[in-house]
Amino acid sequence: MPCRLLALLCLFLASPLAAQPASPVSPPIPDMDNRMAACAGCHGEYGRSQRETYYPSIAGKPAGYLYEQLLNFRAGRRHQTQMQQMLTPLSTDYMREMAAYYAGQTAARHPSDADALDPAAAARGEQLALHGDAALDVPACRDCHGAGLRGGGPYVPGLVGLRREYIEAQLGGWQSGARSALAPDCMATIAQRLSGEDMAAVAGWIAAQPVQPKAAGETEIGPLPMNCGAVR
Amino acid sequence: MMRLTRWLVGLCGVALIMAAAAFLPRLWPDVGMPQVADTHPDTGDAALIERGRYLARAGNCIGCHTGPGGEPYAGGRRIETPFGDLYTTNLTPDAASGLGTWTAADFWRAMHHGRSRDGRLLYPAFPYPDYTQVSRADSDAIYVFLQSLEPVAADTPPHALRFPYNTQLALRIWRGLFFEPGEFRAAPDKSDAWNRGAYLVEGLGHCGACHTARGRLGQTLASADYGGGRIPGLRWTAPALSGASPMSAARAEELKTLLATGVSRRNVTSGPMAEVVFHSLQYLREADIAAMVEYLRQLPPTSPTLDGPAGLRVPPSQAKRLLKQGRALYVDHCESCHGEDGLGEPRRYPALAGNALVTANATSNVIRSVLEGGFGPSTAGNPRPYGMPPYAHQFSAQQTAAVISYIRQAWGNEASAVSPLDINR
Ligand code: HEC
Ligand code: HEC
Ligand code: HEC
Repeated sequence: MPCRLLALLCLFLASPLAAQPASPVSPPIPDMDNRMAACAGCHGEYGRSQRETYYPSIAGKPAGYLYEQLLNFRAGRRHQTQMQQMLTPLSTDYMREMAAYYAGQTAARHPSDADALDPAAAARGEQLALHGDAALDVPACRDCHGAGLRGGGPYVPGLVGLRREYIEAQLGGWQSGARSALAPDCMATIAQRLSGEDMAAVAGWIAAQPVQPKAAGETEIGPLPMNCGAVR
Repeated sequence: MMRLTRWLVGLCGVALIMAAAAFLPRLWPDVGMPQVADTHPDTGDAALIERGRYLARAGNCIGCHTGPGGEPYAGGRRIETPFGDLYTTNLTPDAASGLGTWTAADFWRAMHHGRSRDGRLLYPAFPYPDYTQVSRADSDAIYVFLQSLEPVAADTPPHALRFPYNTQLALRIWRGLFFEPGEFRAAPDKSDAWNRGAYLVEGLGHCGACHTARGRLGQTLASADYGGGRIPGLRWTAPALSGASPMSAARAEELKTLLATGVSRRNVTSGPMAEVVFHSLQYLREADIAAMVEYLRQLPPTSPTLDGPAGLRVPPSQAKRLLKQGRALYVDHCESCHGEDGLGEPRRYPALAGNALVTANATSNVIRSVLEGGFGPSTAGNPRPYGMPPYAHQFSAQQTAAVISYIRQAWGNEASAVSPLDINR
């Protein structure tokens, strides 16, 4: 009798059910820091850029968003020759691992950004980021970018951790048409409704926010207040 | 004097007419449609589809016939040539925009004779001057595989070639001069492996399309077989595959690993070659890679190499300054990966000491490597290649020339210094 039990136990242990690891998280790729040295040349070590105005930080951005961008660069939908050349001989599996690696890094905070903000501008920035401005028909940033402005889903990037100059440059780019996305280009519409002071205020306030990892129960983003072509 | 000139003109005229008379019959075969029997291969035969899939990999059809961001095999990739731009066709079985209405005979006419279904002469940017060596059975297998794909509606953009290259007459003359449908003939005095390698390298592999120098009209030069060549439209040079001395067994082993995985102990494939490995060679069976290497290691030597022009000459005093500056830059920026001894790290960072890409007469590859950085290909044998940062936005032309001059002369490398004026040419 005990023998039979033992045999059953053995059977169970040998079954694929027992062999399956408990968590679906794949093990980290060994030596990823060194493998990614090519990216660090522009995006900084661990994806924390030192020259944010030209090369954005990629640390802590959503894995799905980063993966989409890599696909876009490789396909030439998002135009950047250097990125396209780098990605051409790489598999989508590796690109997915790269995206996960950078999503798992903590974004750097640049404390100097907080100091330079005057209280009136900070208040205006906070209002735009958290509540929007109904008179200008501008929704709150957090309605799309998530309550913690940490982004969500495959398409909406987080904003915390970005540098003030970079955010301001992107908003300016959307306003002037230098940066564009699939129509309807909601970021362009929003940027066109903001004044230069508004852009500086909201960029300054966001850049001053502490960077924390995504909270355990942080919800995915709900229905968007505007129609965005980039969000499928 | 008058008499002499008239006589000379007359003589030239006679020579021209004779040349034309000798040449006309060569133009003739292109006037009619080559008669080709239909073999009616079974498009539902799963084993034949798999064979075709494999052969299509060996021919790297997917590399050219996939547009940026497009569906595989649906065409639309731009191919730059010195005569203008061509766009690749949709090979999926869509009736209107692809090969949906093609028979195996139509397909063979394209692969073997370089003729489209309607008889149009095809441009040799489609490497049919090499594919013409492919057997009818293999062509039929590729046809059956392509017909098994999901049809994708994708029109091909019109070619943008300059006059007169955009005319069929120009192509007819070109073909008269440089193309004849061929057939692979096994050499009875060589091994089976050698013959299989020859068939793959000369035919589907179309290695000579890049690795053999081209003449003014874009024809590969038979006298320079595998002596290396500049790739039209790209600032890359494919190095000579034929060595001055026979390849050692150890080097042949390394070469097999390099072709199958994109990295070997000391080397890595980059640029267009990384794409060839990524889309094509990594999928080939070990025996086929071994056969190709068996053929390559016995290539007769070609000299002189025609792999492109050397850079500007650098006066000795300037070279000395460049080397000093380059050494310091190497220590600061490169040594952590490529090593103090220039030996790199096996399968991670290529060796720069004794590296043919670094010391090549034509400096375009080494300049591109340093300016653009990049990754080797992800392959089953090396799924997560290491990468090199680009230096284009960090280094001035002077600094780039300095560090390249240094690596071309360090650790026993013996190549000329590189002029800063060559960097952005
Ligand atoms: C180096 C790039 C390249 C590679 C590799 C390549 N092709 Fe093409 N192919 C072209 C170009 C360019 C054309 C268009 C030629 C023209 O229109 O004259 C073309 C045309 C064709 C055509 C004629 C289509 C038509 O409508 O007439 C066929 C068939 C074809 N290719 C099949 C293949 C197959 C099969 C392979 C792989 C074994 C392959 N090609 C590999 C570049 C390439
Ligand atoms: C599209 C053009 C192209 C085709 C087709 C091509 N090559 Fe290359 N090849 C290159 C270029 C460019 C380089 C130089 C870059 C490098 O060294 O990786 C190269 C380099 C090489 C090297 C030297 C690699 C090293 O690092 O030592 C070998 C060996 C080679 N090719 C073999 C082949 C074989 C075999 C084929 C046919 C199956 C082939 N190539 C087809 C463009 C091509
Ligand atoms: C982070 C590590 C790293 C650093 C730093 C680095 N490289 Fe590289 N290098 C690589 C890797 C990995 C490759 C292979 C990738 C490829 O060829 O696309 C490579 C390739 C090369 C090649 C092409 C070799 C070949 O056979 O294809 C040259 C030349 C080169 N590096 C020179 C330099 C120089 C000069 C510097 C300094 C200015 C430098 N590298 C800095 C990692 C590095």
